[in-house]
Amino acid sequence: MSLPFLLEIGTEEIPDWMIAPALNNLQDMFQAMLDQQALGGKVASVDATPRRLVLQAEGLLDRQADVEELVLGPSKSAGAGAAAGFAKKMGTTPDQLATHTTAKGEYFAFAKRTQGQATAAVLARDLPNLILKIQWPKTMVWNGKGTERFIRPIRWLVALLGDAVVPFEIGGVKSGNTTGGHRVLGKPSIPVTIASFSQELIANGVILSAAKRLDKIESGIKAWRVKPDPDLLQTLIYITEFPTPILGSFDPGYLDLPQEVLVTVMRHHQKYLSVEDADGKLAPHFIAVMNTNADPDGLVRQGNERVLRARFNDARFFWDQDQKKRLEDRVEDLKTVTFQAKLGSYYDKTMRVVRWVSDLGGEEDAQRAALLCKCDLTTDMVKEFTDLQGIVGGLYARAQGESEEVAQAIYDHYRPLSMEDAVPSTINGCLVSLADKLDTLTECFKVGMAPTGSRDPFGLRRAAQGIVRISTEGQVNFELPQHGELAEFMRDRVEYYFRDVRGFAYDEVRACMAVGWNELPDLWRRLRRVQAIRPTPDFEPIAASFKRIKNILKQAAWSDGDSYRKELFEGGPELDLYEEMRRTADQPLESRIGPLRPKIDLFFDKVLVNDPRENIRRNRLGLLYRILQEFSTIADFSEIVTERQS
Amino acid sequence: MSTRGALTFQETVLALKKYWSDRGCIIQEPYDMEVGAGTMAPETFLRVLGPRPYNVAYVQPSRRPADGRYGDNPNRLYKHQQLQVILKPAPADVIDLYLGSLQAIGVDLAKHDIKFEEDNWEAPTLGAWGIGWQVMLDGLEISQFTYFQQCGGFDLDLIPAELTYGLERIVAFLQNVDSVYDIVWAPGFLYSDVRLKDEQQFSKYNFELADVAMLWQLFDLHEKECQRLIKLTGLVLPAYDQVLKCSHIFNLLDSRGAISVTERVGVIGRVRRLALGVAEAWMAEIAPPKEAVA
Repeated sequence: MSLPFLLEIGTEEIPDWMIAPALNNLQDMFQAMLDQQALGGKVASVDATPRRLVLQAEGLLDRQADVEELVLGPSKSAGAGAAAGFAKKMGTTPDQLATHTTAKGEYFAFAKRTQGQATAAVLARDLPNLILKIQWPKTMVWNGKGTERFIRPIRWLVALLGDAVVPFEIGGVKSGNTTGGHRVLGKPSIPVTIASFSQELIANGVILSAAKRLDKIESGIKAWRVKPDPDLLQTLIYITEFPTPILGSFDPGYLDLPQEVLVTVMRHHQKYLSVEDADGKLAPHFIAVMNTNADPDGLVRQGNERVLRARFNDARFFWDQDQKKRLEDRVEDLKTVTFQAKLGSYYDKTMRVVRWVSDLGGEEDAQRAALLCKCDLTTDMVKEFTDLQGIVGGLYARAQGESEEVAQAIYDHYRPLSMEDAVPSTINGCLVSLADKLDTLTECFKVGMAPTGSRDPFGLRRAAQGIVRISTEGQVNFELPQHGELAEFMRDRVEYYFRDVRGFAYDEVRACMAVGWNELPDLWRRLRRVQAIRPTPDFEPIAASFKRIKNILKQAAWSDGDSYRKELFEGGPELDLYEEMRRTADQPLESRIGPLRPKIDLFFDKVLVNDPRENIRRNRLGLLYRILQEFSTIADFSEIVTERQS
Repeated sequence: MSTRGALTFQETVLALKKYWSDRGCIIQEPYDMEVGAGTMAPETFLRVLGPRPYNVAYVQPSRRPADGRYGDNPNRLYKHQQLQVILKPAPADVIDLYLGSLQAIGVDLAKHDIKFEEDNWEAPTLGAWGIGWQVMLDGLEISQFTYFQQCGGFDLDLIPAELTYGLERIVAFLQNVDSVYDIVWAPGFLYSDVRLKDEQQFSKYNFELADVAMLWQLFDLHEKECQRLIKLTGLVLPAYDQVLKCSHIFNLLDSRGAISVTERVGVIGRVRRLALGVAEAWMAEIAPPKEAVA
C-alpha cells in the first residue's frame, strides 16, 4: 500500500529571509529519514508562508518491511552449553540455530527476524526531533527555561498519513488535522484532509505556494512600470500569506531629493517598489504590498502615503541640515566616530586610507576623495539611512562643488557590495575602495580579528573579495600581501574568485598561482592563456613531461640552475632539443609547445639523464632546468592534472 | 471624538487599559521616575524575573533626551507615552489578544493591512534581549512585540510577551493627522496644548543647559548609593531606583555631547553592572537559596 503524507508546522510569523533555507533543510532531513527508515516514498513538495512550513510526500509504505539478518554465534566446537547461551540471547531455543561455515570453521548462527514497524509509529517517534532540528540562524524558547527551541512559537501541527493523524506533540501542541487560516481573512481553525488542504487554505485567505504569491503580485503590478527588484519581491512573498499590491502616490515636489534617497526610504524602510515614468525616471508613485485582499475604503493607501510623507520630510530635513556643514569640515568630527574599539576612530582610518591611496599611486583627486570618503558618517542622513553611506557622501560632495571625479569616487567607494554588484566605475573610485578595504583587512588581521569559520563580523571576506574583483576587473596593478596570515586569507579568495566566479579549472588556477599571484591583472591574463592552450593536442603531453622534469630535478636535489655548456651536448635528440629551444626562444609560449613537444618526447625516449659521467649528467640537468624555467613564466605546468598521469 | 470619528488620545488610553484589565491585567500607574522605555520600569524589569506569573499594563512616559526636537519636528519627541503590557507567561493566543486590542481602539482589521516583521530587541544596559516583531499597520510601525528571553543576565523561567504601543503614533494614525501636536488629546485640547511646552523647554535644557559637571557628580553619587544598597538585604527596589537615575543621567550627558566615544562603553558598562547586580539581588530575594534540610 502506498500513502501520501502531509506535514504542516503552524507558527507565528517567521522572518522572511530564513524561510527558504529552512524549507530546504526540512526537505533534506525528511527525505533522509524516509530513506534511513526504509519507509519508501519521496518528498513531493515543500512550501511556506510566514506562518507555516508545509511538506508533502508521496508513496510511503504503510509499514517497514521485515528484516532478516544472520547473527553468528560461538564456534560449533564450543559445544552445547555455548549454543544454549547464544540461543537464549537470541530469544530462541537451540534447535532453531543453524550452522554457518566460514573460512575459520563452523559457527552456530541464527536467522534473526525483526518485524518492520508501522510507518505512522516511526513518523510519530521521529518527527518531533526532526522538526526541532531544522536549522535557524537564531532560535527562542516560549514555554519557559530549558524547553524546546524553534524560530518562533509553534501553535499548531498538522500531520496526516493517508487519512490518519500521525500523533505526536511538541511543546504542548498536539498534532492533528486542523490548520489555521489567514489572521484576518480566514477562520482560526479548519479541519483538513490531504486532498482538501490547499483548497481550504485558499478559501481561508492563504496562498500556500510562494510561486503563486509572486505571480499574484506580478500580475497585480503589470499595469505600472515598476523598477525591477527581485530581492524585495522575495521578501514580500515571505511576509504575506495573501499579497495584494496597491498603488500609492507622493507629492512630486519630493522628486527634487536625490533618487537614491527616495528609493532607499521606500525600499529599505517601507518595503515599497518604486515606479518609473515612461522615460525611466522615478515617478511620484509607489507600490505597497498588503497582506490582505483589498483596501475597500482606501485607508491602507492613505496610511502608507502618510508614513512615506513623514519619512520624506525627515529626509528633506536631514539634507538641508547636513548642507550647513561641508564634508571637509567634518573630517575632524570623525575623531568621535569609532571604527572599531581596538582600531581607533574613523579619523585614524581616514588618515591611513589616504596613505594607502597614495601608495597605490592615486593622485590628487583620489587622495581628496579618500580624505572625504568617511565624512558622511557624521551626517544625519547616513545616521538615519545607513545603507546610503558613501552614496550620500558622493551626492553631498557634488552639491558642495567638489570635482566630479572626487564625488564619483566617494559615491562608489563601498562597491562592490556583492558578487553581483559592479566595481567602482572610475579609477579613482577603484583606488579609494581598494585602499579602504586593504586598510580594514590589514588592521583587523594585525589585532587578531581574522574571520573564523562562519563568523566574520567585519565582513572581511567580502572586503577581500572586493579587492580581488576591483584589482582584476578594474585592471588595477598593485602588490597583494604575500606573507603571513593575511596572505593566506587573500590567497583563498583569489583562488575562489578565479575558480568559482571566473570558472577556470582548479588545476589551471593552481598552476598559474604557483608562479605568482601578487598582481591579479597579470594572473588573469596568464590564466586566459593557459585556458586557451590547454585544449591544443600537444599541451597535455608537454605538461606531463614537465611533471617528469620537475621530479627528476627534485630527485637530483638540483640547485645549480641552468648551468650547461653547449659543447657537452651529444648530437641527436639532445642537441636537437637544445637547438629547438634556442630557435624558438623569442616566440610566445603558445607557438613553442607544438615544435618542442616531439623533441622533448624523443629526448626522454633516447637519452639517459642520469648518465654515469657526472659532467654529462649535470649538463643535462641544467638543460632540463632551463626548459622548465622558460616554460614556467605563465604557469607551473606540472600542476596541470593530465589524463596520463606520470 | 475627532477626525474620522477616531478616539481621542485619552479615550485610546482608557480603551486599552479597559481591554487589558478585562483580560486579567493589573493596571498600574506610570513609574514616577525618568525612564527611557517602559521596559525599564520595575513592573517589567524586575517582574519578568522569577517563576511567578504576572500580567500588568501601564502607560509609561519615556524620556529620551537626545530625541528632542524643540517641538519643531512633527514626529519626534523627547518624551513619548508608551502603553506597556506584560503577559507572563505569554498565552498561546497572545497575538490574537493583541489584535483584539487594536479593534478595541477602533482599528477595523478588515479595512487595514497588518504585518509582523522581524525585529529582535536587545538592551545591553539591562542584560536583556528578546525575540519578536515590529507590528506594521498600513506601513506604520505601531508596536513592538517581544518574547523576552533574558533579563538582568538571567534566562527567564517563564517567557513573557511584552507589547509596547507607541501611543502618539497610533493615535495620530487613527486621527489621520500628520503631526503628533495636532492629536486631539481631550475634547477641546490638542496634544500641543498639553505637551508642547515641555518639549521646548526640555529640549533646551537637555541639549544646551544641563550642567555637565553636576550630572557627572550625580552619576557617581547614585552609582555609589546603588552599590551600597545592593549589599544590604531587602532593599532591591530602592537600589533599582538608583539604576534608573544613573541611566537617565547617562542619557542626559549623552544629549549634551559630554560622553566621548572612548568613555561611552565604560559608562554603559557601569550602568549595566548596577542593573545586573540588582537583578541578582532580586532573584536571591524571590528565590532564596534552599537551606540544607537537617
